[in-house]
Amino acid sequence: MENIRNFSIIAHIDHGKSTLADRLIQFTGVCNERNFQDQILDNMDIERERGITIKSNAISLPYHAHDGKDYILNLIDTPGHVDFSYEVSRSLASCEGVLLLIDAAQGVQAQTLANLYLALDHNLEIIPIINKIDLPSADVERVLEEIDSELGLDPFTHIKCSAKEGIGIEEILEAIVTRIPPPTGDTANPLAALIFDAKYDSFRGTIIHCRVFEGVVKSGDIIKFMYNGTTYKVEEVGHFLLTRAKRDKLFAGEVGYIIAGVKTVADVRTGDTITLQDRPCSKPLPGFKEVKPVVFASIYPIASDDYQDLADSLEKYKLNDASFIFEKDSSAALGQGFRCGFLGLLHLDIVQERLEREYDLSIILSVPSVRYRFTLKDKKIIYVDNPAHYPDPAEIDKGEEPYIRAAMMLPERYLGAVMKLCMEKRGLNSNMNYTSPGRVELSYEMPLAEVIYDFYDRFKSVTQGYGSFDYDIIDFRESNLVLMDILVNGEKVDALSQIVHRERARARALLACDRLKEEIPRQMFKIAIQGAIGAEIIARSTISAFRKDVIAKCYGGDISRKRKLLEKQKAGKKRMKMIGNVSIPQSAFLAVLKSDTD
Amino acid sequence: MKKEQAGLYIHIPFCLSKCGYCSFYSIKSINLIPEYIAALKKEIKYYRNIFSSFDTIYIGGGTPSLLSAVQIDDLISTLNKYFDIDRQAEITIEVNPGDVSLEYFQALRKLGINRLNIGVQSFDDKVLKFLGRRYSSKEAITSIEAARASGFDNLGIDLIYGVHGVNIKSWKNTLQKAVSFAPEHISCYQLSLDDRTPLYKKYSLNDWHLPDENTELKLFLTNSEELENAGYIHYEVSNFARLDKFKSRHNQKYWQHAPYLGLGPAAHSFLNNKRWWNKAAVKTYLNKIVQGKMPVEDTETLSAEQLQLEALFLGLRTQAGIDLKLYKTRHGIDLLADKETIIDVLIKNKLVELRNGFLYPTRAGMAIADSLALI
Repeated sequence: MENIRNFSIIAHIDHGKSTLADRLIQFTGVCNERNFQDQILDNMDIERERGITIKSNAISLPYHAHDGKDYILNLIDTPGHVDFSYEVSRSLASCEGVLLLIDAAQGVQAQTLANLYLALDHNLEIIPIINKIDLPSADVERVLEEIDSELGLDPFTHIKCSAKEGIGIEEILEAIVTRIPPPTGDTANPLAALIFDAKYDSFRGTIIHCRVFEGVVKSGDIIKFMYNGTTYKVEEVGHFLLTRAKRDKLFAGEVGYIIAGVKTVADVRTGDTITLQDRPCSKPLPGFKEVKPVVFASIYPIASDDYQDLADSLEKYKLNDASFIFEKDSSAALGQGFRCGFLGLLHLDIVQERLEREYDLSIILSVPSVRYRFTLKDKKIIYVDNPAHYPDPAEIDKGEEPYIRAAMMLPERYLGAVMKLCMEKRGLNSNMNYTSPGRVELSYEMPLAEVIYDFYDRFKSVTQGYGSFDYDIIDFRESNLVLMDILVNGEKVDALSQIVHRERARARALLACDRLKEEIPRQMFKIAIQGAIGAEIIARSTISAFRKDVIAKCYGGDISRKRKLLEKQKAGKKRMKMIGNVSIPQSAFLAVLKSDTD
Repeated sequence: MKKEQAGLYIHIPFCLSKCGYCSFYSIKSINLIPEYIAALKKEIKYYRNIFSSFDTIYIGGGTPSLLSAVQIDDLISTLNKYFDIDRQAEITIEVNPGDVSLEYFQALRKLGINRLNIGVQSFDDKVLKFLGRRYSSKEAITSIEAARASGFDNLGIDLIYGVHGVNIKSWKNTLQKAVSFAPEHISCYQLSLDDRTPLYKKYSLNDWHLPDENTELKLFLTNSEELENAGYIHYEVSNFARLDKFKSRHNQKYWQHAPYLGLGPAAHSFLNNKRWWNKAAVKTYLNKIVQGKMPVEDTETLSAEQLQLEALFLGLRTQAGIDLKLYKTRHGIDLLADKETIIDVLIKNKLVELRNGFLYPTRAGMAIADSLALI
C-alpha cells in the first residue's frame, strides 16, 4: 500500500487536463508510440471533439521514482462539466490527492474554484500546476498571485509545466509520489469499495470501477451493493492498464474493476459501497446520494415510423448512462415519444447528439423544462416537469421553482453587461468580490429555468468567451408560474406548451408566434397563431392566406400533369403535422423549440 | 338512360411561326399537311371499335386554320364514316385571326362546323407583337366581323392577361373591347412562362416578372366581375359563356371525367379509368402510323384514389362544382362526411359553398382551386 498513489486531475475546461494525462501515460511507458492516440482517456468521439471528458476513466501508471522504488500511480480522470459534479465528487473521494491544473494564460476560472472546493471537502492533498507556460500569453506571476489570493493555496508549492511540450512531467510524477499520501485501510477489515463509475460492455455486462478502501475482493466472492442490498457473484477483478488487466484480487488502497454479471449500469449507483454478503462492513462509505435529473425534455422521432428505433436506441444508450432516465410520452402534435431527464443542458446536448450520431436518428426535442413544485389547495405536493401535467390552476395554492447559485468569474470590463444579464434572468442576492486587479468573482441566485433557457450562451457572448460559470442547485422558491400554451387557429399545440414565470410568458409567447409565422407556409385561409395563458391571449401573429394558385388551362394533356403535381403536394402535406386544419412542417417545431439559440 | 357520349379532339400541330408564350410542340413544315391528314384518317379508323359515337368535336392546335376547307371536309367525312356523330354535335375549330377570310368561314359553315374559337389574345398591337402573334388588332377585329357575317352564332374569343406592361386599366379596356363584339364565349388565360419558351428567355434577360400574387388575384377577380357584369357566366376558372348553352360542351367533358378521344401527336384520350396519349413529335407520329402501329406514347390506368383526386380538382375548377351524389356513386366517398371539418372551415372562409347537393367554389375559391383539391 505504501507504493500506491491515487490521484485525479482537476481543471477548468480547456486548461489541458486530457493532454497532461496523455503525457503522464506516455512518460510512464504504459503504452508505446504505436498505440498512442491523443487524449487517450477520452474514449468517445464526442469527448475528443468537444474537448471535454464526459465519463470518468481510470488508468494505473507504473513509475520508478527517484527514491529507487516502484510505484503504482492510479490516475482517475473526472468529467469536466458542472452537469457531472456528483460524478466528479465520487472520483475525488477515491483519491488522496489532486493535481489542480491552471492555464498560465487564463488563470483561475470558475470551475477551478468549484473543483478546488470539492477537493478540499475531501481533505485531498492539492498540487497546483501551472500549465501552458510555453504560451506567449502566459502570465505565471499573475497566476501565482491568484493561487495565493483566490485559492488560498501556498504559491510556492506549484509546479510549472507545459503538457503540450512535455515540460515538467517528471517533476509532477515525483510530486505525486512525495506529496500525495499513500492510501490507508486494512486488508483484514470487511470489504468496503466505493463505486466511482460503471461502464457497459456488450460481452461482460457492467464493468464496475471502484476504489477499495477496506478489505479484499476476489473472483468468486458474493458482493452486495449497500444501496439496495442486491448481491452478485464476482466473475473477475483487475486493474486498468490501457485495457483491463485481470488480477487475482483487489486490495484495500487499490483502484480497479469488478465484473459480477450486473446487467446494466442502471443496476449500479455511482457512490454506492460494495461489501461482501457474508462479511459486510458496518456502514457504507460517506457521500452517497442518488443523482436526480434536473432538466427534462421530450424526444420525438421526426418520422413516426422511427418510434421503435428510437425506443431501442434509448434503451441501448441507457445501458451506459445511469443518470439518463426516460419514460413514454405522447403528444397530440408530435405523436409517440419519450419524456427524458438529464443532469443538465450539456447532458441533454450529449444525449441528443449521440442519438443522432451513433444511432442515426432524426429527432425533435421539446422545450427543456425544470421540475417545478406545486402545493395544491388540499396541501398535496406534486412535482411537475412536463407542461402536459400542469395542474388545474384553480387547484394550485403555491408554485415553486428550483433556484441555483451561479458562480461566475470574469474580467471587470464585462461586469456591467453580466450584471444586466443576471438581473434580466431574475438574479437575486448578488455578491461581488475583486479577486485580483481587473478580475471579479460574481455570484447570483437565479431560477434554474432561466439558466437552462439561454443564459449560458448569452453569458459567453457578453463576456466574449472570457467569463466562466458554474452553478449549484440550492432550493425551491415560490414563483408566479403559469402554463403558456400556443394555439394555431384556436387549437392547442401541446408540444409547444411551456411552464414559465408570468413575467416571462409574453416575451416567450411572442417569440414562438414569430417563429411559427416564419416557418408555417401560407395556406388557403388566414392562420391565427396565439400565445395564451388559460383563456387569456397574450401574444398573436397572423399568417395571411394565399389568394391565387390555380393554373389557367386544364384540358386533355394538362390533367395528368396537374394530378401528378397534386399527388406530390399531398405527399408533402402528409409529412407535416395537422393541427386545427393547419399543416405545420417539422421545421416550425424545431424553430420554436430552438428558441434558446439566439 | 342515355349513354354518355364521348368528345373528340383533333390536333393540328402546324404553325407558321412560334408564339413567344407557347411551349406546345408544333412544326412549320406545312408541306407535311397532306401526309398528316392521311395519317389522322388512319388513326380515326383504328378507334372505330373502341368509341362509337361523339357529340362534340374540337379541332385545335397548333393552327387548324392552316388546313384548307377541303382537308377539313376530308377529316369530317372520315369521322362520319366510322362513328355516329350526333346531329346536334358541337363542332368547334380554333382559328388564327391572320389566316382567315369570309370565304373560309363560309366554307367551314357548310362543313357543319358550328362553333368558332378565335385566338385573338389581345386587341393591343403592342401586346400582340410582344407575344409574337403574326396579325394586327385590326385583322383580329376583321376576323370577328367576318365570322359573324358568315353566320357563326357561337363565337369564342381567347384572351391572355398578366402580360408585361399591361396594367389593370388597359386590361379592362381589352375586356370591354371583347365584350363589344358580344361573343358567346370568352376565355381569359393568365400568362405563364414555361422555361422552354422564347418569352421566358425574354423575361429573364430583361429581369421582368409575372404579376405578383396580389395583382394576379386582382386581374382574376377583374375578369370575373367585369364579364359577369356584362352578362357572362364565369363557369370555369378561365372560361365565360353568355348563356348556359354557350358553355363549351367539349371542354366540359374534360372536367367531368367524360370519355374523350384525342387524335394527333400528344393528344390525350380518356375512357373508363384509362388515359393514354400519343407521341409528341409529328415525325414519330407519322412513322408509327405508316408502319401500321398505334402512335401511343404511354397509357395510365388510374387508381380509385387518382380518380377521386382528379374528380376533386377538376370539379372545383368549375362554377357548378362537385355533384356530391354522383361523386359518391362514382368514387364511393361521401365527401361531406369525410372532410366535414375542413369543408366547414372553407365555407366559413367563403372559399366554397354547399347548395342542392353540390360543393362549388366561390369566386375567391376558384382562384385557389388547385389547393382546394388538397383537402
